[in-house]
Amino acid sequence: MRYMVLLKAPQATTPPPPELMEAIMKLGEEATKAGALLDTAGLYPSAAGAKVALAGGQLSVTDGPFAEAKEMISYALYQVRSKDEAVEWTSRFIKLHRDHWAGWEGEAEILQVFGTDDHA
Amino acid sequence: MTATDPRRATHRAIEAVWRIESARLIAGLARLVRDVGLAEELAQDALVIALEQWPEAGVPDNPGAWLMATAKHRAIDVMRRQDRYARKLEEVGRDLEVQQRSAGPDLDAAIDDVIGDDLLRLVFTACHPVLTVDARVALTLRLLGGLTTGEIARAFLVSEPTVGQRIVRAKRTLTTKRVEFELPPPAELADRLSSVLGVVYLIFNEGYAATAGDDWMRPSLCEEALRLGRILAGLLPQEPEVHGLAALMEIQASRVRARTGPAGEPVLLLDQDRRRWDRLLIRRGLDALDRAEALGGMLGPYALQAAIAACHARALAPEDTNWERIAALYDVLRHVSPSPVVELNRAVAVGMAFGPAQGLAVVDGLTSEPALHDYPQLPAVRGDLLAKLGRLDEARGEFERAAALTRNARERGLFLARAAAP
Repeated sequence: MRYMVLLKAPQATTPPPPELMEAIMKLGEEATKAGALLDTAGLYPSAAGAKVALAGGQLSVTDGPFAEAKEMISYALYQVRSKDEAVEWTSRFIKLHRDHWAGWEGEAEILQVFGTDDHA
Repeated sequence: MTATDPRRATHRAIEAVWRIESARLIAGLARLVRDVGLAEELAQDALVIALEQWPEAGVPDNPGAWLMATAKHRAIDVMRRQDRYARKLEEVGRDLEVQQRSAGPDLDAAIDDVIGDDLLRLVFTACHPVLTVDARVALTLRLLGGLTTGEIARAFLVSEPTVGQRIVRAKRTLTTKRVEFELPPPAELADRLSSVLGVVYLIFNEGYAATAGDDWMRPSLCEEALRLGRILAGLLPQEPEVHGLAALMEIQASRVRARTGPAGEPVLLLDQDRRRWDRLLIRRGLDALDRAEALGGMLGPYALQAAIAACHARALAPEDTNWERIAALYDVLRHVSPSPVVELNRAVAVGMAFGPAQGLAVVDGLTSEPALHDYPQLPAVRGDLLAKLGRLDEARGEFERAAALTRNARERGLFLARAAAP
């Protein structure tokens, strides 16, 4: 089963501590070596992006930043045997924020990707 | 959105932790107690203790380290009670002391290295040539994949006691043959690695051969094999054939969604809807193939097969396929890893690259091959080439023969349809 994990948090006013980035790299390496992590990357703030929308038959293009309270921070793509396994890897990822970035708050959404192996 | 019941959430977390940590746990313990069977029992004991304690105390912050510490305590308890393990206890005590003494800022890195080596030892032990191939497969899925005996049985369509017996016998063989929990000596590395890669590819093919209606554990063997292949690529990054096998499996797996039709019927490679191919797996496969190539491994049998699969993966439409390159790669492969099936595949490629008459000449060299006597693909390929040459009566006969030989009902349907309209 494949899962897409999206990390969302309010736009931070300071850059993430280097210890956090180091710990994230280490966890990423571990998950890759475990054969679970297929792909991951950080995302620039939405100010660098754009939105294409369809409403009332009208196509519109708007430059970022988006109005949402939370920014999309990063994504990760996991191949695991169960949702619980994706939850466990994601919990480890979130714990790193708790341990290395005082006061940080945010959330990760875990979404299953369509595929042939969609057995319950 | 519903909040999850905490006790149930803990149980599910324990299962996930087990799945992630069990191989490393067993590998680390096996180095300490120098017995894979005992290591697995100790790891299971630690799991049972976690199931008792975590629902009350919560999941520890570093569950892997918790399980390892708990299992080590169990190891010491068990050995104290068993005289025959007195010598091992001494060794464990010594190892623990050494570990405590070396505690320092680099300990994490040191432990990571050791874990990598331990996992590799576990891989080579589970795939040891003293074991039968069936035993290697079962032990690999059990110790490295964290699968239960029941799951392995369902995946291979055999009974649970059969798999249980196989694993018990395998562990006993490792003990009686005095197989050390060690990495193979350099002189044996190539042969031992080829045994490991063979086991992983066998697991992959077992899953790939699964058909609609099979228990879902069967196709999930492909995922298990891919995962093992990715783990091996991390453990042995300098071995080109490890990347070759990973590339081959990633590219083959990229076609899983396209290779069966709505009714579960097989769809041949050239008839597949390529938009359904998994681009992420193709990209990963091509990257792995690049690594094999950069390491000078283009003559390895897995890298060669991956290179052939990559020719199809790179072609966005069937008519873009570089058949000359495929035919050339098969020509190398038949020297590196000769087999009648490789030669038959070469015939197909030659037929596509240089015309059906040339392909037929290759096939006709195979008709007296005993290994292909009952192989339905031989008349099927011959029939296809004859049809392209306009020799329709002969083609019809070949497809009828192919239909009579295959044991797969859906494939028979495919051959009979060709026989009716060659």
